[in-house]
Amino acid sequence: MQTIDKQATVKIAIDLGLTEDEFERIVEILGRTPNFTELSIFSVMWSEHCSYKNSIHWLKTLPRNGSRLLVEAGEENAGLVDIGDGLACAFKIESHNHPSAIEPYQGAATGVGGIHRDIFTMGARPIAALNSLRFGNLDLPHTRRLVRGVVHGIGDYGNCFGVPTVGGEVYFHPCYNQNILVNAMSVGIVKAGETVSAIAEGIGNPVFIVGSATGKDGIHGATFASADLTEDSADDLPAVQVGDPFQEKLLLEATLEAIQTGAIVGMQDMGAAGITCSTSEMSAKGKCGMRVYLDKVPTRQANMKDWEILLSESQERMLIVAKKGEEQLLLNVFDKWDLECAEIGEVTGTGQLEYYYHGELVAKVPAEALVLGGGAPVYKREYKKPDYIEQAARFKPNAINAPADYIETARKVFSAPNIVSKRWIYQQYDSMVRTNTMTTNSPSDAAVVRVKGTRKALAMTTDCNPMYVQADPYIGAMIAVAEAARNIVCSGGEPVAITNCLNFGNPYNPEVYWQFVQAIKGMGDACRKFDTPVTGGNVSFYNQSVLKDRTEPVYPTPTIGMLGILDDASRHMTLDFKAPRHQIYMIGTPQNDIACSEYLRIIHGVELSPAPYFDIDEEFHIQHNLKALIREGMIASAHDVSEGGLFTALVESAMVRGLGFEVETDTNFRKDAYWFGESQSRVVVSVALDIEDDLVNYLNAHNVPFTKLGEVKGTHIVIDGLDHGPLSDWKNLYDHTLGEKMEA
Amino acid sequence: MKFGVVVFPGSNCDDDILHVLGEVLQQETVALWHKESALSGFDAGDCIVLPGGFSYGDYLRAGAIARFSPIMRAVIEFANAGGQVWGICNGFQILCEAGLLPGVLLRNANQQFICKNTWLKVATNNSPITAALHPDKALKIPIAHADGRYFADTETLMALQQNDQILFQYCDAQGHVTEAANPNGALLNIAGICNRSRNVFGMMPHPERAAEPALGNTDGRNLFESLLQTARTMAV
Repeated sequence: MQTIDKQATVKIAIDLGLTEDEFERIVEILGRTPNFTELSIFSVMWSEHCSYKNSIHWLKTLPRNGSRLLVEAGEENAGLVDIGDGLACAFKIESHNHPSAIEPYQGAATGVGGIHRDIFTMGARPIAALNSLRFGNLDLPHTRRLVRGVVHGIGDYGNCFGVPTVGGEVYFHPCYNQNILVNAMSVGIVKAGETVSAIAEGIGNPVFIVGSATGKDGIHGATFASADLTEDSADDLPAVQVGDPFQEKLLLEATLEAIQTGAIVGMQDMGAAGITCSTSEMSAKGKCGMRVYLDKVPTRQANMKDWEILLSESQERMLIVAKKGEEQLLLNVFDKWDLECAEIGEVTGTGQLEYYYHGELVAKVPAEALVLGGGAPVYKREYKKPDYIEQAARFKPNAINAPADYIETARKVFSAPNIVSKRWIYQQYDSMVRTNTMTTNSPSDAAVVRVKGTRKALAMTTDCNPMYVQADPYIGAMIAVAEAARNIVCSGGEPVAITNCLNFGNPYNPEVYWQFVQAIKGMGDACRKFDTPVTGGNVSFYNQSVLKDRTEPVYPTPTIGMLGILDDASRHMTLDFKAPRHQIYMIGTPQNDIACSEYLRIIHGVELSPAPYFDIDEEFHIQHNLKALIREGMIASAHDVSEGGLFTALVESAMVRGLGFEVETDTNFRKDAYWFGESQSRVVVSVALDIEDDLVNYLNAHNVPFTKLGEVKGTHIVIDGLDHGPLSDWKNLYDHTLGEKMEA
Repeated sequence: MKFGVVVFPGSNCDDDILHVLGEVLQQETVALWHKESALSGFDAGDCIVLPGGFSYGDYLRAGAIARFSPIMRAVIEFANAGGQVWGICNGFQILCEAGLLPGVLLRNANQQFICKNTWLKVATNNSPITAALHPDKALKIPIAHADGRYFADTETLMALQQNDQILFQYCDAQGHVTEAANPNGALLNIAGICNRSRNVFGMMPHPERAAEPALGNTDGRNLFESLLQTARTMAV
């Protein structure tokens, strides 16, 4: 019997992660029963990871238009933003959670490699990388092992690849004990008009596979990413890919050089679902078909099965459709870089993907039926508000007693893993290669990277406090967007657009799905307010810990990666106090709010409380005026108040130059809320004495709430006349706590 | 004087050096592909730079494969004929592997990649890249490497000292060479050296990352200026 006629069964479909309904739908599409290879193709393409089947309905409600957008969300591998000067910026964030939980080093490394490929497959050169990491309780040896592995993996890949890791964020919380989150972001630059599309066009055009040979690693990785992480997941180790950053560096240089030959029609990197995904998505986009000879694919080992070649997620590979007759131009470039470049098929007009192996047709499926926006299923899941939300609302701040010893309390909050410097981590990343990183010597709330050949710089940040989102997914997601924008604005930038990485639990759990829907609504509202459309991103469901009697989803973590522009790089605003006698102000309104703060969790052990105070109009007003203050040169520093509250923000501004400060409490507020509360929309600024009046006049004239806190003075921290000790002691605590815990 | 910057597969600081030499310092600068077998158009007054990065992925041992690239034979000939060769980071590792500089660069003492600003003491003015540097003023120049722990046998170390071949030592902001200021465990806090003829230099820190006001640090630019100034003096 011919392979094409060997009928697969519903049971196999279910084993591959498909449902019975989906199996029937496949039979209907093909007009016959699929074979195993075809079923495998559908299973990966209709997996959550590739099809977004449980999320796309809601993702479409996010704002996706803007005057600066050159490519809308979902159209290409990443979003594309016009940054002027004839340049565009491609940027995207993506998760690699499940592989990293099982094999932290390779999982994180290939996460970095994958997101960079998404950027340079469009023709953009990656200029910066960021990441957003979530780990469990740092006191657990298992957590420290994961931290070491992930950091090592990100470092080894990014350092060798030669793109600086310029920013990121790390949170620790027990909800991530088993299921860590590893989100990687890449930002690239391309000349407008020189981008390459992920499209197959032109009947008879040859199809090439370029880069690494295909091996058995990562087979069914996309399906793996779309299933619950369980005790047995370690048995799925072959589903984790292995990275080779050197190969990726060659692929980058060769690819960008190949684009210049003009011989490329379309190109797509191979990530999830390997050759299957790239051939089907490129064909569907071009409304054509492809004939692919799998035996022509260079493989790492003999006797690979057809479906293994189709599904392999071997890294550092690209699929290229070339102009017929100009193949040699491409071959010359890849030969120069010692990269394999094999012709494996051709574009057809049938709309069908026909895969041959040793002369025999092994699978034939319509491209359109496989892809998102085509035949891939779309589900609207039911959702239900979880009970814990009501519990959180019953939180009574007045039942929380103010601490007796404020200095000791400050020390405990300030040395918490979520607050302290992540230096032990980021020093293992090359943050300066390509010589554009302005924030190495001039730190600011967002990373700032100049664009050579222009006066511009790009500001970029990743943000999401999962505790806030757990407390209230709608408000928490709005805060994630608002904080990202605040970080960009505090750095002198104009927020432009976002990419998102939506990390949630199992979408078939109605309470998890409620969190998802609420977070999308909050994110959408905030993005509309700040005029920062969503250019793309990624959804990662099924993030949860399996306990003895139940599964526990991670806190909902919709990470925001935001891009901002500084039209004049010299307007970069930094967070450090500049000189003694500069006056310190807080812009924004203090609140009697301790909800959801690190202080509440660490000092009082309260896990459940509402999201911190947040008013989006107030936030917008503050940011709008802050931009003006920076533009007019009226402030010397700006630093947003976030985790750890006002106390932490002040010390962070003070430590950079070792300049102490003297400040007073506003006694109209609870003292603990004043110093440690995490109510939003507040920024610490400093101002030179001679223009202090100008600042105050501006704030009054524009109805911007503010409080004078005190002044930069000496080398100690002094609050309400009480000496909190030398700044150097606090700096020591801040710089070395994480390292000491990691090396313990 | 003219500069050639060798591009090995896996070099990733080549663009940075080309930018600083070509754009910032306005020098005649060419990128040289590693497969070239001759340095045509370069004479003894010129300088070949081996940039940082991960040549051949550093998969065997940093610099161990790059030394076999076709261009390296020409670079060695060029150096032996008195031409100036400057290896930075991976370039330093390659020069040691190629035998143009003594010693080796081992994995950092803490077994980790380290990227941060370090302070460098100028240990001698007797080299083109240090001639114009202030001997008492520590320079802030960043490192970014996993294999930067300079190591050599006692004899070699003594020879380095006797011949005044140590160019830079890790120090604190005040210029004191201390153990605490040593980021990677390098013997004698060595951050950079030259050969006996003083025309081949290797250093782990990246001066090209500290050469522009826009990046908030210009200490590294002084090394390039020193080299150019020395060349001008020689020409006169």
